[in-house]
Amino acid sequence: MTTRLRVLDDGAWISVNDAREVRVSELWRLDAPDLCECALSDLVVENFQSVGVDGPTVEVRVYGQCIACGVSGTTGWIPVGRVRGGEFAELDRSAVRRVRR
Amino acid sequence: MPTDVENWKSEVYGSEIRDRLFEFAEEGYDSIPDDERDAWFERFKWWGLYHQRNGQEGYFMMRIGTPNGVLEPGQLRTVGEIADEYARGPGVNPIFGDAYADFTTRQSIQLHWIELSDVPAIFEKLEENGLSTQQACGDSWRNIVGNPVAGKDGQEVIDAWPVIRELNETFKGNDDHANLPRKWKVSVTGSADGSGQGDINDLAFEPAYRAVGGGGSGSGDGRDRDGDGGESEDAVGFNVRVGGGLARNEPRLARDIDVWVPPERVPDVAGGLSALFRDYGDREDRYNARIKFLVDEWGAEKVRERLQEEYVDFELETAGRDVREEYTYNAGEGERNDLIGVHDQKDGTNFVGLNVLVGRMGADDVLELADLAEEYGSGEVRLSQRQNVIVTDVPDDTLDDFLDEPLLDHYSPSPSPFMRGSVACTGTEFCSLSIVETKNRQVRFARWLKANVDLPADVDEFHIHLSGCTASCAQPQIADVSLRGMKTRKNGDPVEALDVGLGGGLGEDPQFARWVTQRVPVDEVPGAIANLVESFAAERDEGESFRAFVARHDDDELDAFVDPEETDYEDPLMYNTKRTWYPYAEDDSMEDAPPTPADD
Ligand code: HEM
Ligand code: SF4
Ligand SMILES: [Zn+2]
Repeated sequence: MTTRLRVLDDGAWISVNDAREVRVSELWRLDAPDLCECALSDLVVENFQSVGVDGPTVEVRVYGQCIACGVSGTTGWIPVGRVRGGEFAELDRSAVRRVRR
Repeated sequence: MPTDVENWKSEVYGSEIRDRLFEFAEEGYDSIPDDERDAWFERFKWWGLYHQRNGQEGYFMMRIGTPNGVLEPGQLRTVGEIADEYARGPGVNPIFGDAYADFTTRQSIQLHWIELSDVPAIFEKLEENGLSTQQACGDSWRNIVGNPVAGKDGQEVIDAWPVIRELNETFKGNDDHANLPRKWKVSVTGSADGSGQGDINDLAFEPAYRAVGGGGSGSGDGRDRDGDGGESEDAVGFNVRVGGGLARNEPRLARDIDVWVPPERVPDVAGGLSALFRDYGDREDRYNARIKFLVDEWGAEKVRERLQEEYVDFELETAGRDVREEYTYNAGEGERNDLIGVHDQKDGTNFVGLNVLVGRMGADDVLELADLAEEYGSGEVRLSQRQNVIVTDVPDDTLDDFLDEPLLDHYSPSPSPFMRGSVACTGTEFCSLSIVETKNRQVRFARWLKANVDLPADVDEFHIHLSGCTASCAQPQIADVSLRGMKTRKNGDPVEALDVGLGGGLGEDPQFARWVTQRVPVDEVPGAIANLVESFAAERDEGESFRAFVARHDDDELDAFVDPEETDYEDPLMYNTKRTWYPYAEDDSMEDAPPTPADD
């Protein structure tokens, strides 16, 4: 089954199978050595750049700022949730997310 | 690979969207197939309808484009009646109530909580009264801006209003220019005050004089002339600048492409540049799809060359002598930084600029203002780019009576500087891109600052602009104090925060704010501004403007002046307001979100 994925409204949303599922303005804990030097980045999600899927996992690239160190930039692919049987389940907001290498 | 948006646009875009929009309105919101919803919402923007954020499913923001901010007699009443009848939804704003109009930084009007089923009736009423939502959002010619008092302003060099009207008629609903890579924002200004804010638009026409007859005569390029009595041979027209804009941490000032045009050629040059953008703008990457980036890449000279070679069939003149040194609007000092208060019109009557705090006015007040405009003026009202309204054509002999009207206690022609200088965007109340709550917060800030902070006696303007994200709809980079939505942690908990920038403004030499202090928790922002103003008062040179004061300090010194601090200001919306369905609702959680409006 294919999953329809889109970035909407100039980066405000990720839509999964025509439902607006993931939005900007959250704070994500991130293991993202490419973004900044923090052991754990604390990223304000400002803008979705692109969305893709790796198996059941929906992944995004995000523009944002690490509030621990102040660096801004675009991340690599970060998981945001999974699709099972056409249903999307968002990752727990407090989860530490790891950038795919 | 073309983006989703480009694919959708290539299927259906422009005027033809309207038929489907009306069918959906007729058959009900649910008749939009699930798998076409994203595409239709994107297309509806072209007709001025922007779906509100999550938790507000089925409700739309509607933008009415009023060219140059001109509302002809009767049109403000139409807006008030539509707001009263249709702009009501499940969310009630604790400050503004539940039917209001927002006057915007691009001289347009926004209504909220609009239901799809009401759109045909609203369009009919708008169009009967000469108003339209066409191209108010979407990838096309947006509302054309300028000096709102064009045609009336005592300081006018050339009347830009007929030029703007002609552009509007030519490029609204024009299939050749309907589908651009991105929005296209045009400013045309005819007065010598800079109030059209051309520098921050994709395309700007600014008043300029040029020796008639083209490049042939000895003085050549009109711009270098020192005005030694030869002015009578000069024709008045416009210099052209291209590629300004504020969005996305990439602010640019429009760049001089060394072209002067007489008024009758403006549509040719404007159409040529919009076609150039259509053909060469980036359709693969929406972030890169503004002409400011094309100008970065090409340089102003190449823009001029291509325009000459491919898009106009007459010889372009080189730039003329501009009047930028006379610019006062948002210049940080001197007279007429804005258009608030009583000013002379050419015809001997007056225009009166009234302050509308954060641009929002309840429908009752809109209707009352429409009455007053009819009673004291011609019925016409105009909108400025500082979210304020201007009543025109008020004769001297009834001016005092007008100024005594009780409505003007709330929309003052002589407001306190913190009220006067406040501009705020839509924010988390309705906007999906936002990081923080904005309009009500800016009202709370302004009230607190008015009660607690004294500016030096000779400073009567102080601009504070609050934008909920980097899209910069409140134009924060051109304010004395720029506030931009962010997040931070306070005692470990995520809270809404603001980046603080200082020293921005327009005028002859526009300057973008420098972002000196990052991520101040929102409850510490009023204290930070109070401390900043105190340092400014203590350390400024005699008579020094705030902008000049900022310019002579480095970022670290300025950061030290900002000095965030808790005060008795309380912020009820510190938490993530985006997780509510409506931040001001009593039961604000997503679970309490209202159902999609039923079709009636
Ligand atoms: C639901 C409400 C709104 C949404 C979703 C929205 C969306 C956006 C977006 C995505 C941008 C960045 C565009 C770009 O890349 O150039 C932007 C910029 C801008 N918008 Fe809005 N906007 C909203 C309300 C407003 C309002 C109320 C105004 C006033 C007419 C406005 C005026 C502007 C201006 C002046 C910019 C500035 C920057 C530029 O031209 O580069 N927007 N808006
Ligand atoms: S600046 Fe950002 S938050 Fe404010 S209205 Fe524009 S897009 Fe929305
Ligand atoms: Zn970091």
